[in-house]
Amino acid sequence: MKLAGLLVMPAGFFLTIAALVLFPAPAPRAAFVICGLAVEGLGLAVAVRGHMEARGESRP
Amino acid sequence: MIPVPIAPAMPDAIFALTLALLLLAPLTIAGIALINTGLGRSRSAAQSLLGNLAIVAATAIVFAVVGAAWAGTAGFVDHSFQLAGKPWSWLGAGPLLLGGFSTATPQTQLALLFEFLAVALAALIPWGSGADRWRLTAGCASAAVLAAIVFPLLAHWVWGGGWLAQLGVNFGLGAGFQDAGGAATVHMLGGLSALAVVWIAGARTGKFPKEGFSTALPGHNAVYVLFGCLLALVGWLAWNVAGAVIWLHAPPAVLPVTAINTLLSASGALAATFTVTRVRFGKPDASMCANGWLAGLVASTACAGLITPGQALFVGLVTGIATPLLVELMELALSIDDPSGAISVHAVGGLLGLLAVGIFASQPGQLLAQLVGIATLLGVFLPLVYLLFRLLNRVAPFRVDPDGERIGMDLHELGGGAYPDFVIHRDESYR
Repeated sequence: MKLAGLLVMPAGFFLTIAALVLFPAPAPRAAFVICGLAVEGLGLAVAVRGHMEARGESRP
Repeated sequence: MIPVPIAPAMPDAIFALTLALLLLAPLTIAGIALINTGLGRSRSAAQSLLGNLAIVAATAIVFAVVGAAWAGTAGFVDHSFQLAGKPWSWLGAGPLLLGGFSTATPQTQLALLFEFLAVALAALIPWGSGADRWRLTAGCASAAVLAAIVFPLLAHWVWGGGWLAQLGVNFGLGAGFQDAGGAATVHMLGGLSALAVVWIAGARTGKFPKEGFSTALPGHNAVYVLFGCLLALVGWLAWNVAGAVIWLHAPPAVLPVTAINTLLSASGALAATFTVTRVRFGKPDASMCANGWLAGLVASTACAGLITPGQALFVGLVTGIATPLLVELMELALSIDDPSGAISVHAVGGLLGLLAVGIFASQPGQLLAQLVGIATLLGVFLPLVYLLFRLLNRVAPFRVDPDGERIGMDLHELGGGAYPDFVIHRDESYR
């Protein structure tokens, strides 16, 4: 689950790059950059959740 | 390969001033080393401080051999490709082993010296998070990986004329991604590396029992921690002013304001953390206040040369409120055992500073450039560091064996304790 979250994060980065390349206008470019950051945030949340579950299973 | 634009020539007086500042800047490293040691346990103090020294040495050697070539500086050539009609410079292509360094321009030499200090500090940050269970050899190996691969890549993108620095020229986003002191290249990278280390090495034994709240494992020496904060202030003042000269080409009139902003940001953060911990716990918490002070310094790293004193104070206040709450959240809600609080202090403090550059900038598009830089750190460098450290963990295991953790890293790895004349109290978590 942690790895899945970390794999999602580069997808957010590529969304950000796509925003730079595909949208010259400021508004859609900003919207897509923020979407990219949101995807990265989701990936980080999944990775953190995976860490918490793993810790819960291995507690003494 | 395309040549990187050369920065304007630097007058001799400014060169001498900047060199003097860079010779003071290692006090930042000394401060962080003391903080890392003080926030760990007494049975691991010598191993912790030796680890700080060894990491500085490892990063210096590896960065000199390969890292500096890939980081690239103004005047050297780089690797780039074309996308959407724009050049995307992604890696420096300088000579290995600092070839040509002695004949480089004074500004290039200062930039390289700055990067030597920056990579050492970036690699020290995760060392504090792995305290009491991260093996010395694994810590040095991970520092070498950071100095050889990760830091040069990011330093080139931000400081070496890479694609993040060129966002302004190529896409009209302000002045491009701005990070004069290393909030991204040093602190966010270090903080995210700390998260990767904590995920891989796991929590200290007894930190998270099966039932109830997490166990408090307080640092063993608050005096080290607080004196480290004072040392760090001196280093940080020199660091931020030198960074403003080298990376922003700031005129002399801006330099005193840069120093004042650094102090105000740290002061605002300390005042906020002091207040928050007093309200929450009834008394101010010394180690949390140290974390707040440090987070304020970290936040100032990106923005001290670009904002007004009032804005610096505001940045410090916001950072100082966020830091103790995040440290608690990490430990109590997210099960992240980070003894030095590096993830909250360096990753989040650096992020807030980078955002402040965009929010308070006068140029249109600057905030978007800063967001693209932050997205790059989260989307590329956290997964990259985690992957590299996972691979490294197979070759040089990060975590010490349970017996080593029980007797302490000093006895296990060095054969002797840091305080042989003092009685070390029994650890309640091992009953």
